Amino acid sequence: MTIAPERTTTTAPPTEVPAGAPGPAIGRAVDRVDGLAKATGTARFSAEYPIPGLTHAVLVHAPIARGRITALDTTVAEAHPGVVLVLTHHNAPRLTPPPARMNPMDLSTMAAGSTIPFLNTDEVHVDGQPVAAVVAETLEAAQYAASLVRVEYLEVTPTGDFDAELGNSTPVRSMPVMPPTGGKRGDARAAYGRSPVQVDLAFSTPQHNHNALEPHATTAEWDGDRLTVYEGCQNIDWTQKYLAKRFGISAGDVHVVAKFVGGAFGGKSKVWAATLIACMAAKVAQRPVRLALTREGVYRTVGGRTPTRQRVAIGASASGHMEALIHEVTSRKGRVGGEADQVVACSLDLYDAATILAEQRIVELDLMPNTAMRAPGEAQGSFAVESAVDELAVVLGLDPVDLRLRNQPGERSPVHGTRYSHRRLAQTLERGRDLFGWADRPAPGTRDGKDLVGWGVAAAIHPSWEFIANVQLTVDATGGVTLACAFHEMGMGTATVVGQMVADCLDVPLERVTAVYGDSDLPMGPGAGGSGQTASLAASIERACRAMRKRLDSLSDRVGMPDGSDPGEVLSRAGEGSLTVEVGADSGPRATWGQVRFLSKMVLDSRRWMKAATGAHFCEVRVDADTGELRVTRWTSVFDVGRVVNPKTTHSQLRGGIVMGLGLAMGEETLIDTRSARIMNPSLAEYHVPVHADVPHLDIHTLDDPDPQMPLGILGAGEVGIVGVGAAVANAVRHATGRRVTDLPLTLDRIVG
Amino acid sequence: MRPVSYAVPASVDEALAAIADLPGAKFLGGGTNLVDLMREGIEAPDVLVDVTRLPLAEITETADGGLRIGSGVRNTDLAAHPLLRGRYPVVAQAVVMGASGQIRNMATVGGNLLQRTRCLYFYDQAAACNKRERGAGCDAAAGHNRMGAILGASEHCVAVHPSDLAVALVLLDAQVEVVSRSGTRTISVGDFHRLPGQTPDVDTTLAADELVTAVLLPPEPLALRSRYRKVRDRASYAFALVSVAAALEVRDDSVTQVRVALGGVAHKPWRATVLEEQLTGRSATDEEFERAARAELAQAVGGPDTEFKIGLAVRTITATLRRLRDEGGAA
Repeated sequence: MTIAPERTTTTAPPTEVPAGAPGPAIGRAVDRVDGLAKATGTARFSAEYPIPGLTHAVLVHAPIARGRITALDTTVAEAHPGVVLVLTHHNAPRLTPPPARMNPMDLSTMAAGSTIPFLNTDEVHVDGQPVAAVVAETLEAAQYAASLVRVEYLEVTPTGDFDAELGNSTPVRSMPVMPPTGGKRGDARAAYGRSPVQVDLAFSTPQHNHNALEPHATTAEWDGDRLTVYEGCQNIDWTQKYLAKRFGISAGDVHVVAKFVGGAFGGKSKVWAATLIACMAAKVAQRPVRLALTREGVYRTVGGRTPTRQRVAIGASASGHMEALIHEVTSRKGRVGGEADQVVACSLDLYDAATILAEQRIVELDLMPNTAMRAPGEAQGSFAVESAVDELAVVLGLDPVDLRLRNQPGERSPVHGTRYSHRRLAQTLERGRDLFGWADRPAPGTRDGKDLVGWGVAAAIHPSWEFIANVQLTVDATGGVTLACAFHEMGMGTATVVGQMVADCLDVPLERVTAVYGDSDLPMGPGAGGSGQTASLAASIERACRAMRKRLDSLSDRVGMPDGSDPGEVLSRAGEGSLTVEVGADSGPRATWGQVRFLSKMVLDSRRWMKAATGAHFCEVRVDADTGELRVTRWTSVFDVGRVVNPKTTHSQLRGGIVMGLGLAMGEETLIDTRSARIMNPSLAEYHVPVHADVPHLDIHTLDDPDPQMPLGILGAGEVGIVGVGAAVANAVRHATGRRVTDLPLTLDRIVG
Repeated sequence: MRPVSYAVPASVDEALAAIADLPGAKFLGGGTNLVDLMREGIEAPDVLVDVTRLPLAEITETADGGLRIGSGVRNTDLAAHPLLRGRYPVVAQAVVMGASGQIRNMATVGGNLLQRTRCLYFYDQAAACNKRERGAGCDAAAGHNRMGAILGASEHCVAVHPSDLAVALVLLDAQVEVVSRSGTRTISVGDFHRLPGQTPDVDTTLAADELVTAVLLPPEPLALRSRYRKVRDRASYAFALVSVAAALEVRDDSVTQVRVALGGVAHKPWRATVLEEQLTGRSATDEEFERAARAELAQAVGGPDTEFKIGLAVRTITATLRRLRDEGGAA
């Protein structure tokens, strides 16, 4: 008799160490430098700074999605012992209005989560909008007093039903230097009509919401007109400039500290209501204020991933060559902000269809604006296109791996016409096929006891990005090397791999290198988004180390030491305390020039090269034939992420992407009551992220093949892992059950019954 | 959270006095549900009377060979108890399939029975809910109610009781022992929870001044051939869409004894009496199992979010009985 729930257990194989590492540090599975601090609880997150005189703020959320505040009574709340103040639109400082849209030439516009002027208006634009904040000496007093604030509203019926509004969608136009939301090669509609084999499927994906381990938290403190903000964020520079603009102070007077970030996944790349309100409250209270969101508060005030409705139509020859690939998408944003995810982007580069048509439309609703969430667009779009390709293989009677290999592009991107810097998607499919033992794929609908067993495959692609990284490199006479840059350590290991890159580029032992990061007082770092932070840092680290080596060599010439000597010894011999090299500048003409140069390089580069991380997922599922319960029992993925600086942290990132993809595949769905435009499941109990029992051992492999056009050959690993996961699982379910499920998540009622 | 005072009675009598005399008093067990509900503002007691230090945490064998389970026994300890595992496997299985390890370490048997629905609209103060406020209306009926009832619901409430343990106890005809200052009584666990009717705000037949002191499991040889099957939206840490507690005895290919109780389908654990009546004495075939399950579910009513649960319940019952039959006397 067993009473434990059934589950698959596997033993973890040893970590794979890729060959061909360029130096002693790069390519090594180094433990994370912040691992001990996090494991022992000494790493300090934004809600953990012990500041004398600290107060605690709690938000009051509007329970309506659209309307106006008609009455606001704070007297009872204010009278509660320990309450310092209640901040509302009556007494909150007036801020510069938020920017109407993003403008890449004005970085202060990039972090606007919405266009709502929080606590500067009596209007309510989304359900859960903060309409007041209680500041108190203790968190408990603030929490209780928040429940004592009385607000009355004049409610207007909100528009919250995505499907009902599909008819009111408008076209999305692709913007330069932004990810593509459309593309065209030839006349795909005509070619589809002529194709002898046709697959035409409609798909839906639901809204998803952010559930980082660390809910968003801000600690804000003013010193006169200088603001210090402890803020777990993904873009210190945008946050600093945005806050400066809103509060009417100079960027230099905003100090942003984000030493550790407890996961972000796109959800911390914007400044949301709570951050602004914490800063406003601190200004009025003239006390430091901490505002840590509840889990529900994250659902109510931070954007999520847009739902999609998609159509994929593929026309093919009898031999399995794609004649036409059509991908049509409608997504949604908020009436008060948000952007279209690049849902069709992966359809532009996965296959060499003779004709391609990708189009996106968008609907505006009275809902919290959507925002980036790990592979925004690609995560949803790849579910549709990779499911449709699988269905084409079924219709053609072809092996789905062979079908994908048969339609790989040559040297150039089919739609953009740009040259692939290097493309290894076929190799990831071939290697994955071998590692998974795909040749032994069971017959469709194979039964094993109570279960139906199926195997699925899907491909993944995610573009590679590079951003500005200003760095300062210092060598001292003891031989210590310090790399300073306001980059972001959100748990993925950036602080660790930065040390590895500096060590090899400067040819010093890894133990000598320290990275200083997560603070706007440091040179401006790249945002941690678009899977681009490590590559962006690599470019500047290479430049800084080259310059440093040159200066060290001239110094060693001066003191009669050979080139390449130990930096500490050279400095000691020369009687120098330290040497510093800087790449880029944060302000003044050099900074403007840097931004112009960055954008023009980006445009030129995008006309010349298509650079992307790619991969292939292989999985086995078991479906209970009676109930439809779905369990993923085996998983192998092979990725080309270019150079792997640290296999331990890189594989961990890729594995995390797959786990998040399993959530997308099997459980995650934000339930919005269309009558009230309100999220009904803002909790980890009812919003089903995967638990351990849902995740099998994930067997991860990387080709470790440097990309010739990316700094140190790094393509980025943060997002490609989630791309295609939904389809891989759905394709395995199709193989197991014969049922093509086109709606996410793959709940048991959609699979059997 | 609203300010609340906290009392630790030294005896059951003191606890009963506190609940009777202090306005707004409520018993506190492990707190895994009540404290959550207080944080959400749904429960607002003025005094918490902590009963976890009372001598109610024992599991003892009764003279007739049954078990007496103190209401303060933690779920983890209950599921691990050798006598329970040996004699009533369905109960042990039901307990470990509930919640998470951390929650089971805190949650008590009494609190498990008294936990409240997980209906999304019950949990949301911005929504109308007759269970929170009689006569307020029910936003769940036409809302997201995948976890909603398909049996015994009323126009006033579609909520289900979330306990797994209670489903197994209903299968075994357990008794709930309760005390108040007027004395001790036992309530059949099948009568402990109630259907919503006009008053969905009332979950149980327990009076406000009564304390659950124990659950009594009668001796039941059939329980050796019992099983709990929980179907949910992820592999662990989720409430049941449908759960089945079942016990079966087959002799000469005929069903001599059968019991089935369902969870996740009604405002109370649902004893499948129609099924039991129809299946007893019939051949122990898949077809007969399914026919009887269909007969039980004939009275089920589904909505857009819950229609699938009717077929799911039929298939889960059938599969559970099939498995019990195929395991034979090996229990």
